[in-house]
Parts: sequence; structure tokens; C-alpha cells
Amino acid sequence: MKLGLVIDADNCVGCQACVVACKQWNTSGTLGPLTDHDPYGDEPSGVAFNRVRSYEVGVFPNSKTVNMPMSCMHCETAECVTVCPTGASYKRQEDGIVLVDQDKCMGCNLCAWACPYGARELDDVSGTMKKCTLCVDRIYDDALPEEERQPVCVLTCPSNARHFGDFDDPDSHVNRLVRERGGQQSLPELGYNPVNRYLPPRNKPHVGQERGTTPGGFADRLKGWLSRSVSR
Amino acid sequence: MQPAWSVIFFTVASGAGFGLVILTVFLGLFGGVHGLGTNGTAAAVIIGMVLAAAGLLASTLHLANPRNAWRAFFRFRTSWLSREAVFAVLFYPVSVLYLVGIVLSGDGAWFTWVGAIGIVVSLLAVATVFATGMIYASLRTIPQWNSALVPVNYLLLALASGALLLTAIVAMASDEIRAMALLSIVLLAIAGAAKATYYFWIGMPPSGPSIHTALALTRGQVRLLEAGQSHDTFLNREFSFQASAKLLVRLRLIVYATVFVIPFVLMAAALHAGHPMLAPSAALFMAVGLVVERWLFFAEARHTVNLFYGRQTC
Repeated sequence: MKLGLVIDADNCVGCQACVVACKQWNTSGTLGPLTDHDPYGDEPSGVAFNRVRSYEVGVFPNSKTVNMPMSCMHCETAECVTVCPTGASYKRQEDGIVLVDQDKCMGCNLCAWACPYGARELDDVSGTMKKCTLCVDRIYDDALPEEERQPVCVLTCPSNARHFGDFDDPDSHVNRLVRERGGQQSLPELGYNPVNRYLPPRNKPHVGQERGTTPGGFADRLKGWLSRSVSR
Repeated sequence: MQPAWSVIFFTVASGAGFGLVILTVFLGLFGGVHGLGTNGTAAAVIIGMVLAAAGLLASTLHLANPRNAWRAFFRFRTSWLSREAVFAVLFYPVSVLYLVGIVLSGDGAWFTWVGAIGIVVSLLAVATVFATGMIYASLRTIPQWNSALVPVNYLLLALASGALLLTAIVAMASDEIRAMALLSIVLLAIAGAAKATYYFWIGMPPSGPSIHTALALTRGQVRLLEAGQSHDTFLNREFSFQASAKLLVRLRLIVYATVFVIPFVLMAAALHAGHPMLAPSAALFMAVGLVVERWLFFAEARHTVNLFYGRQTC
């Protein structure tokens, strides 16, 4: 199995619901807690497994807002695991999920340096590296109803922008989406081969856009002036 | 990248220490360091070992969870950090054996097995410094570090600073610094040329990852609208360090002056005017300069995480 996410950059509205849901579930999850500093103060910061950033693509008026949720890509060539000196970082054989053994991590930061996506964040209270677990503590939990055995970010997304599935199965929901919509990898040139894919915005305007008229040349303007004067 | 003082002190101190041991032991294979007897050689090796140990201990200060530092020896097969730790720890017992060997040999010719151990000592020291360089050079996420020039620079600067230190030690023991001063001048020139090549190379227009490949949006201009956070997080503190271009240029000039030019001139003066006591001051200048050089090494490195925070190229 090769588990991962497909994120639809066309559907994502940047509401940050997945960020909040991720924090809520995982702070008491396998790699929790996700320590916060000054959470209700002037300078709140803290560990998060999932962050959503918004970008403007193109130049106004031909521009579009694209929101990009980012969590661990569970790369096939996971350099964060290669560089780890203690063996705390590992990639699971059975489903490709990359995890950090909190009992072995010495907090040297090297895996965070090796990750191009900023998926790993150091918790300076526990002194260990923390990262997205793909909700490994949900997806195999028999006590949950079957439809809820998914990462909590996928379950909570109100605009159906997040999809979870097995990329090894050619007919899986996620692989079909990648095929039909041309799913892309982030930073493919680095060769990490990230499993998560991003579906690019569709190449058509969602809302009808007013087409303005362009002013014509001298002849057109003369004609216009003439017709206006004559009708008067 | 955020410069980490513990790592800066570690690489400068242990670089000089390993460089000192490499040169002392290597010259020992060819009849010993000119101007140093057996006791002086032993003192040089001990100073090198102490400097390297001080650096290695300082490096544990940047660990957030040093209780698990002992586990760092177990991923030798894949991790350069693990390799560095293993080489550094193997270096000590072999060096102690070498010290015992030269002290037992006395002032006459050293036993043959001391030479064999000397080769192992210098190989382990070279391997440790090389592994330090490779920790940085193996990161594809930082284009300014992902180059063979990085381990080459670490090795050459370790050798040059070790040579200056050895010249200073020789100057304390006797007046016969000629051979070591010449070697220092040659090593300084080579290390300076390599560092200048590195500065030239990182100044080339970036051809690697861009905000477009990061967001998989290859058409149109892209800019960050909203980072989704009201304050800096670990990612910004670790990766988004920025110094003004003016400061970086000034610091580069300081590096050229204090690491290469001033020690070079001081050594040449010591050689010609016959003032051996100029050698320790040259070593001191280089030590201060190397701290600036290491700081710049971090400050000029740009991690790909910055692309997601709106940087156009890395």
C-alpha cells in the first residue's frame, strides 16, 4: 500500500478547517501533544502538522487565488529518514507512512533541514521532531465506523478538496482523480517523489466575467462621434 | 538558515583540532614536525584532541533532546551525521594509542607500528571533517550547500587552521618555524582559492527550485497572499533568517581579510623578518575569521521552505 492525499487546489477555499481539525485530533494523538506558545496572547505560535497558505496567481484582473494546504507528502524517497542519525524517523513498509519514534529522537533538526516542504516541526518542550502521521491512529481503528477511518483533515473538509487513498491501486479514487485532473507533485525536480498530489485549478473561469470593450482607433471614434451627433 | 552558535563553535574548534592532529601525525610519518621533539608532538596531538572534543561537546548543545544523543551512532549506513559521530568517537582511542606509541618510542626513531597507527589516526580525522561537510552537502533542499565545494572547503579550512595552530605551537617551543610557516602559507592559498570559488559559485543566478515548481503552478506570476499564521513558527525561525545584502558583502570582506590575507601576511612576515611570535597572532586572526565564515555559511543558505512563504527562487 502507498497511502497519501490528493488535494484539489480548485476546491480549497482556504477556510483552515483542516488545520484546526488536525491540531485538535493530533494534539492527543500518537505524536501529541502539539505544544503551543502564548496561544491567547500577542504572539501565538506552536507545532502544526498541516498548514494552509494562500497565493495570488497571475496579475489582476486575470488573477486567481489558490490555496495550498501542506502536510507531510510521505515521500517515496524520504530523505528525512535517510539523514536521521538515531533511527527515530522511519517509513513504514506496509503503507509508506513516515513517522518519528518520539522515544528515539534527539532533536537535532537535520530531518527538518532535509525536508523541502517544511512538514517537520520541532517541539521545543518535548525536544523531539513532530510531523503528520496521516492519522495512523484513525485509519486502522476498528472501533470507528468504516467511513470515518480517514485522516481527520479529509473528513472535516467542507469543500471536498481533500481525498485519501491508496496510490498503489490503479483504480483507487485518488489515482482516478490524479489521472483525470492531471495531479501534480510539489518540487518534483528534487527527486523526493512525494506521494501527495495537487490537482491544479481548472482552466476556466468559475464565475462569468464581464468582458469590457476596448477603445477603437481614430476612425472608430470619429464614426461614433458622427453617429451620436447625427441622431441629436 | 538560522546560524546556530553551538554548531559554529563546533565546526571551527573541531575543524582546527582535527586539522592540527592530521598535520602533526602526517608529518610524523616523515620524521616529525620540524622544531618539535617527542614531547612537543605529543602536546600538539593533545591540544588537537582537546579542541576537537570541546567542539563535539558544544555540538550536543544544539540538540533539543540530548538524552538520546547516544543513539546517533546507529544509522551509519545512511546518515552522514551518524558517520561523523562514529568517526569522531573512533578517533579518540586510536589517538591515545598513538600518543602512547610516541612516548614509549622516546626521542629516537619511533616504532614502526606507531606510523601505522598514525595513518589510521589521520584517516579518521579526515573522515570526520569530510562527514561534517557532507551533512550539509547532502541536503538537496539548500542549493547553496548541495555541492562538492562544501566538504572540500571544510577539509581545506580545517587543514589551514590546523597548520597555523601547529606553527604557533612550534613557535612556542623553538625558533625553527620555517618549514611549518611555508606549509601554512601554501595551505592558506589553496583554502582561500577554494573559498573564493565557493563564493563565486553561490553568486550564480539560481537555476534550481522556484515558487512555480513548489506550487506546481507553472503559468503566471505567483505571490504569497496569506501565510495562514499570525506569527512566526518553527519553520520561519529555522529557515527564514535574512541578513541585509550590505551586511553579507561586508562580512565576506572580513572573511577574506581575517581568514586568508592577514594570516598570510603575518606568516610571510614571520618567515622573512624572523619573528616567530607572529605565528600565534595569525592563528588567532584566523580563528575569529572562521567564526564569521561559518556564520555566513548559514546566513547565505536558502532553504526551499522559503518558496512556500513567497520567495521566488532559492
